[in-house]
This record gives sequence, C-alpha cells and structure tokens, in this order.
Amino acid sequence: MDKAGAFPLPSQIGDVPGAENWRSMYPYFTRFQPEDDQRFWFYNSMHFPEPISAFDAITAEVPYTAIGANTARVFAFPTTLGIEHRIVNGRVYITANPVLDPDEIARRNEVFTERAGYYYANWDRLFGEWKDRITDLIEQIESIEVPTLPEFDDAEVVTRARGIAQNHYVRENYHRCIDLFSKMWHHHTEFLMLGYGAYVVFFEFCKQAFPEIPDQTVARMVAGIDVVMYRPDDELKRLAALAVEAGVDDLFVEGCDPAKVLDALGNRGEGGTRWLAALEEAKRPWFNVSTGDGFYHHHRSWNDDLTVPFAALPRYVELARKGELRSRPTEQLKRERERIAAEYRGLLASDEEKAAFDQMLGLCRVVFPYVEDHKFYCEHWFTTQFFDRIRDFGKLLCDQGVLDTAEDIFQLHHSEIDSALADVMLAWSSGGRPLGGDHFKPIVAQRKKMLEALRDWSPPPALGPVPEALNDPAVKMLWGITSETIEAWARADDDDAVSGYAAAPGVVEGVARVLMSVNDIGQVREGEILVCPVTAPSWGPVFGKIAAAVSDIGGTMSHAAIVAREYGMPAVVGTGNATKKIRTGQRVRVDGDRGVVTVLEDGAA
Amino acid sequence: MTGGTDHARYVAEFMRLGKGDVNRAGGKGAALGELTRAGAKVPPGCVVTTAAFDLAVDGSVRDQARRLASGDVDDTTALADAAARLRRRVESTPLPPPVREAILRHYRELDAGPVAVRSSATAEDGADASFAGLQDTYLWVRGEDAVCTAVRRCWASLYSAESLTYRGRRGLPEDGLSMAVVVQRMVEPKAAGVMFTRSPLTGDRSVIAVEGSWGLGSALVSGDVTPDSFVVNKVTGEVLNRSVPAKLRLHRMDPSGSGVLADDVPSELREVPCLSDDEIGELVRLGRAIERHFGCPQDIEWAITEAGEVFLLQSRPETVWAAREQPPVAVPKARAFDHVLDLLGGGA
Repeated sequence: MDKAGAFPLPSQIGDVPGAENWRSMYPYFTRFQPEDDQRFWFYNSMHFPEPISAFDAITAEVPYTAIGANTARVFAFPTTLGIEHRIVNGRVYITANPVLDPDEIARRNEVFTERAGYYYANWDRLFGEWKDRITDLIEQIESIEVPTLPEFDDAEVVTRARGIAQNHYVRENYHRCIDLFSKMWHHHTEFLMLGYGAYVVFFEFCKQAFPEIPDQTVARMVAGIDVVMYRPDDELKRLAALAVEAGVDDLFVEGCDPAKVLDALGNRGEGGTRWLAALEEAKRPWFNVSTGDGFYHHHRSWNDDLTVPFAALPRYVELARKGELRSRPTEQLKRERERIAAEYRGLLASDEEKAAFDQMLGLCRVVFPYVEDHKFYCEHWFTTQFFDRIRDFGKLLCDQGVLDTAEDIFQLHHSEIDSALADVMLAWSSGGRPLGGDHFKPIVAQRKKMLEALRDWSPPPALGPVPEALNDPAVKMLWGITSETIEAWARADDDDAVSGYAAAPGVVEGVARVLMSVNDIGQVREGEILVCPVTAPSWGPVFGKIAAAVSDIGGTMSHAAIVAREYGMPAVVGTGNATKKIRTGQRVRVDGDRGVVTVLEDGAA
Repeated sequence: MTGGTDHARYVAEFMRLGKGDVNRAGGKGAALGELTRAGAKVPPGCVVTTAAFDLAVDGSVRDQARRLASGDVDDTTALADAAARLRRRVESTPLPPPVREAILRHYRELDAGPVAVRSSATAEDGADASFAGLQDTYLWVRGEDAVCTAVRRCWASLYSAESLTYRGRRGLPEDGLSMAVVVQRMVEPKAAGVMFTRSPLTGDRSVIAVEGSWGLGSALVSGDVTPDSFVVNKVTGEVLNRSVPAKLRLHRMDPSGSGVLADDVPSELREVPCLSDDEIGELVRLGRAIERHFGCPQDIEWAITEAGEVFLLQSRPETVWAAREQPPVAVPKARAFDHVLDLLGGGA
C-alpha cells in the first residue's frame, strides 16, 4: 500500500453540488485549516454515520470538550491529550493529539498515577455516587420548562414579589439545557478511558497468552450479564407475554399502527387496561432508549415514537403464543462466563500468570458495570430528554413565528438559537414582532436541502497521510482503530469483498438489507443480512429476525459483535465501508470466521 | 512356570500397560496402554513384550549387530549386504513356542480379524521419533502365520541397514536394545488424521488443531494429500478456522484383504470436509480428556469409522512448543490497577 497516497488530503475534499454553503451550518472552529493537511484524520462514522444538522454539531463539540478535558487535564493521561474534530460536508472527522516527548510523558505520568489510582482504588464508591449525580442531572433535564409567554405574566410574579418576568427564563432555561448537556458529557467521560484502559490491559494479556483467542471470547469473560441496556428488550418480551396472558395478543400484527393498537386496547376491558398500565410502568425509564446512540436529534426514543417497539412486538407475541418466548438466560450466561474464564485461567502456564490474570479480570469486572451501563443513563435516557426539551423550545419559536415547525430548531446552531430566543424575549417585552422568521426561515429551508444533498456523499474513511504508527490509546480503545484497521480500509477499496473484524463465527448467505438508520428496521425481512453503519442497543429487536450482521464501524466491544454472538449468528464489524459497497437486494456471503463479506450476485434492482 | 504366566510375560493386553511400561512394551505400546486406561477408545490389541524379543533373538545376532554398528558404517554396500543377511536370519527364525502360543491366543481374542502389527521401540530421549521411520509397520495383516511373520519382520527391522547406521553414528549401544511389537485390530476408517492439543503455529494452548483426510491416516502422514484443517477453540468449541482443500488421494485397504492401496478420492467427496462439526466436536472432547490425563499438550492420531465411531491410535507429548521456554506473559503487581497504569503510562 502506498501509505502517503492512500487517502485524500482534507484540502482536496470538494463541495457537494447543492450543498456549497454547508460551512454556514457549523462554527468556524470546526473547519479544516491548511496545516491540517499534515495530520491524519479518520471519519467518526461510529457516532456520525449521517451528515449532522447545525444543532446536532453540539453532539461533537460537547463530548470532545468533555473527553479531552478528562484525558488531557483531569487525569493527565501520559501519552495522549484530547481529540480534535473537524466537519467537512456534514461529516465529523477526528484526530487525537499524542504526547511524544519522553520527559513530558514521565511528568504527566506522575500526575496520572496518583489520580487514576484514586479512581481505581475507590471505583465502587465513586461509581455509586456517579449514579446519584447522573440521575439527578436526568431529573433536572426532565423538569426544565419552557416559558409560555402569555399576554400577562403570572400573578405570582407580583404576589410573591419575584420581580423577574417569564421572558428571562426563556434564555435561562435554554442555557440550563445546554449546561446540563455539557455536565452530563463530563460525567459520561469521567470513568470512560479508565474503564476501557482496564479492558485493554486484559485484552492484550489474553492475546499474548492465547494468540488465537477470538476478540469476542475475551469480551465474553468480562461482559456483565445484568446490563441495563438489555432491559428495554426484556420489557418488550414481558409486554408480549402479558398480551397473550391478558388475551389482547390479536391486536399485535405485523405492520400495526401503535396509535390504533393503543386505542383498541382502551376498548378491550380489563385485559386492555392491564396491558396499558404495564406499558406505562415499562416506559419510565426503560422506553427512554434512543433509536440511535444519542448523537442525532431525529433518533427519537421509544417513548417519543412507539413504532420501533411495536415493530418488535408482533414477533415476540407470536413466540409467546407458541411458548417459545425466552428472556435472556442470565443464570446460564453467568455460568458460561465463569466456565470460560476458569478454563482459560487453567490453560495458563504458570501460577504467576494465573495471579496476573485474576488481577486483570477482577479489575475489568469492577469497572465494567460503568462501561456497560453509562450508555443507558447518558446516551439514551438523558439525551433523548435533552432533545425533547430543545424540541419544546422549537415549539416556542414556532409559536412566535420564528420557525415553521418545532423540529426546525435543529437546523440552527445552539448559538443561533440563543439569538433567536433573545429576539423573542425582546419582542415579547416590547410588544413588537420577532424578526427571526424573516431571518431564519430561508436559512432553515436551505439547510434542509443541503443535508439532503450531503446524504449522498460518500466520505472517505480517512484523510491525510497515514502516520508511521497509530497507537493512541484513546483512538484504539474507543474506536478500535489501529494501523491494521487503516490498512484494511485502504485495501478494501481495491477489492470486491468487504473485510473487517471476525466478530462472531459462522458462514451465512442471504439477501442484504442496508439500513442507515434504526428508524427503518421495520423494512427488515426474516432471514436477511443486516448491513448498517453501526448498531446500538435499540437495534436489539432486529437480531431476532436477521441471519447475520455487518457494520461499518465496531470492534471488540461493539454492540453488534456481542449481540450476534449471543444469538449465534455470524457478524463482521469494522468494515469501514460495507454500507457503501453493498446494496439492498444483493446476495452476500458473510464469513464470520474470517471477517469477510462477499457480494455473490446483484439482486433485482 | 505355568503357561498363563508365560502368556503374561510375552504378551500384554493394552489394559495391563501404562506409561511406566516403556521398557517392557516400547514407547508406542506403553502409550496405547495408557490411552486405553485413560478411557479412550483405542482399537483393542496387545503388545508382544521385549521379553519375547529377548527370548527369540539370540546372543549371536546381537554380537553381529554390535560388530556391524561399530564397524565402518560408511561402507554402505558391505553394511547393506550384512544387514540384509542378519535381517533374513531374524525373520526366518521360528518364534519360540511359548511366544507363538501367547501371540496366537491374543490374536484369536481379537476374532482373528485383520490387525496392524507395529514396531514399538524402547529407545528413550526422543530417539523414538527418529526411529519411527526406520522400523516397520504392517497393516491389514490376516491369519495366524501372517501375524507371526509380521512380528518377526518388526523385530528384524531393528537390524535394517538404516537402523544400524543410525545407532552406529550416534554411538547408541546394542546391549540391552530390545523391541516390543503392537498387534492391534484394524479399523477401516472413513477418515483419519492427527490433532495437536495446542496450536502448531503459535503454541496457543487454548486451541486444538485437527487435520484429516479420507481413508487411512497414512495418506496424510506420507504427504500424499493436503488435509482438511480445523482450528477449534477448546473452551467454547467454536471452529475458529476452517480449510477444506481438494483432497485427491486416499489410502485404503487393498481389496485383496491385506496391505494398503493408494487410490483417487471419488470426485464427489474431494471438496467435502472429511469431518462433520459434530465429529470435530467429539475429537476435541477426546483430545482435551487425553491432554488432561497426560498433563501436557498432546500430538494425537485418530481415525473415524463410517458409523462415526472415533478411535485414537496414538498420543505423545507435543515437543516443539514444549521445548521453547516462554517467559510469563505477565506477573502479578502490587495492586491490580498497576497493570493499567503501566500500560497507559507510556512505558514511563
């Protein structure tokens, strides 16, 4: 491979026709600079598989603010600073800033040892306190109200001598949303690198002691069983079983409309009432599961849009009728996990190695509840509530004539929303008219068109010169990206087959179904092969239907790999470009033993 | 001495032998005994002990062998002629009656069916492996006289020019040299091969590498065929790697009823794996049990019948990786998290 010429330089990326003005959507500090051509960037398709709207740029800005602060400034990781990001044609590219000077590394290491050591030594207590802090943040974001701006302010402003009118709270409450989002992300990344660090140590030990151990087998020894991310799917199974028991199962059929089903349940007497009560109970918090990873406003939660859970229910109901609906066999999984760990331990050559194995695995199991559970609290529960609050502000702007629909607020950058709200606050106080409608409506319309145009752009997996060695721990831990991955991306471009990590064993042939978003999982037919950018827990129900899974991004820790293993189906992850090279309808072979997906024949166009 | 004691002295059933019986049963015989005792399914058989050899091969044969081995082993023509004469002499000397009686009694217990007659040398310290190619094995031997002849031929192979040269060059003493012979019921395998209970490529102890091809294992051992190969995770049972090349040749029993024949693999079987996943699973289970019994990674020969019955034909300790001293991958540290601090510390 010609390393220097493998990927285009940032400056060589041209504008997409119809989206020439894309730069207006994002802040100046997200633009590629001329000197950025000297550095290696990779497309963060794991978190940003689609072009991002102006508001959603916050889901790059804030997380990188937080993770960089935690690695570079709080824990002082010795060899890595933070992650820089740039946006081009709506896609987020990132690079990590390494520390290379040995003296500097040693200096940082002193700080790091003390601080990281404190967290590891007190992990359980700190994680317990973390849960309190994060649920407190969730309560705060849920309770934020958007002022209604009536003709006359509430009497209490006078009777309690509050002295502050409603319009003040427009911006204060909006700022609180943004500030809470920032705080949430700081907590999100508080334990993250330390957690993954413990895993990487154990992983590398296993790979050295057992050179042929599959990645997913290492993960199986570590993975928790009582992971909250499995709860939403478990709740659906419970509801399916209840539907059969309460005699309302006939209402759940393929393609059913949630609103109509709910209506019908209301008229089905005691059984229907019981089911509806159980649904309400399951919804908080378990339906606060995003249909994505919390990085796009349009990834609604199950609570916002019952389509996704209701698409899964007919199948579960059918299984429940046949008595074949099983919840995760947690006891069996636990025994199996212990058996695997004990057997590998037994295969180690010396007592010293066994003792080191015990230490590393033990530490992993201490840190893993955080690694697994934080996603539900942060990316799902908090984030879906956050987007809903912003949507409420969208409704206010819509009521004030600044926007056409509440949803349009996501076409504005968070700093532009600040302006729009100032406009509204002023207009209400002066009795004038907000001027934002004239200003923002054409901008919103143009941006929507640009996002459509950008959707068809195929972003290269990486930009710039490939460095001699790519061993940044952050990049490796969070994205599974190493020099080998990058070479595989470069290779994959010359070849008909798509290659990636062999994530779950087995070989299966079938018809591909390429889905860019979990919102489309209703299209998946029984026995198809799912090809997607990345999967998240909300994709869970689809695994009951498909024969194999293929993703653009993902490694050892990826959701698709773990779930595919549990379902016993082949999976190839981290392909870099499967969604680009494979089209729905094509017949493909997924070789989960070797990590290769081959297109066998084109399906009917 | 009673006849019964004589029998036990000259011929021992596998079940009565173990790994401590190398002097009496040779390396192969002792291993088959140990395997049988470990509960593995081994085709039934017995070992004609070194006591039988010692009784049958008289002192003058040994004297002559000693002279040949200590003489000029580089004079190949002269040595070959002398060795051939010595061999013929051992081959043509009738078995002492108690030995013949003991062998035939056990042969009849094997239903007098076709047997494999294999040399089982007593030499230790790895020389066994080097000897392996030098000493005879006879497959599909049928009939009482044929069995007795095969036993004598095995003994005689100790005096082949190659064996004599080998010992002469290495200064291995002729005194106390002896040979046992394994007489074992033949199984007609659908497929056969070997398995290593650690990776031959990386030494990884968590995998078992299985290689196999259609028919007798000799096709694979002789390099006549590129075998199917499967790498299986010992712990989870997953097949991690699978290679099924076209298998063109196979070894099988000669239709005449004795000896081995090389043949083409029927075209419809060439690219079909010679083992089903269930059969691979059964092999792995057996491999693990044997490894556990012996306490170290093993190099195992196996055969599987049309009916899916798996037999183990041989097991010996794996030597290549065992010989490489590996430093421990990691040693425990004061605190568990010190492992992480060291890794992320950039080697500081």
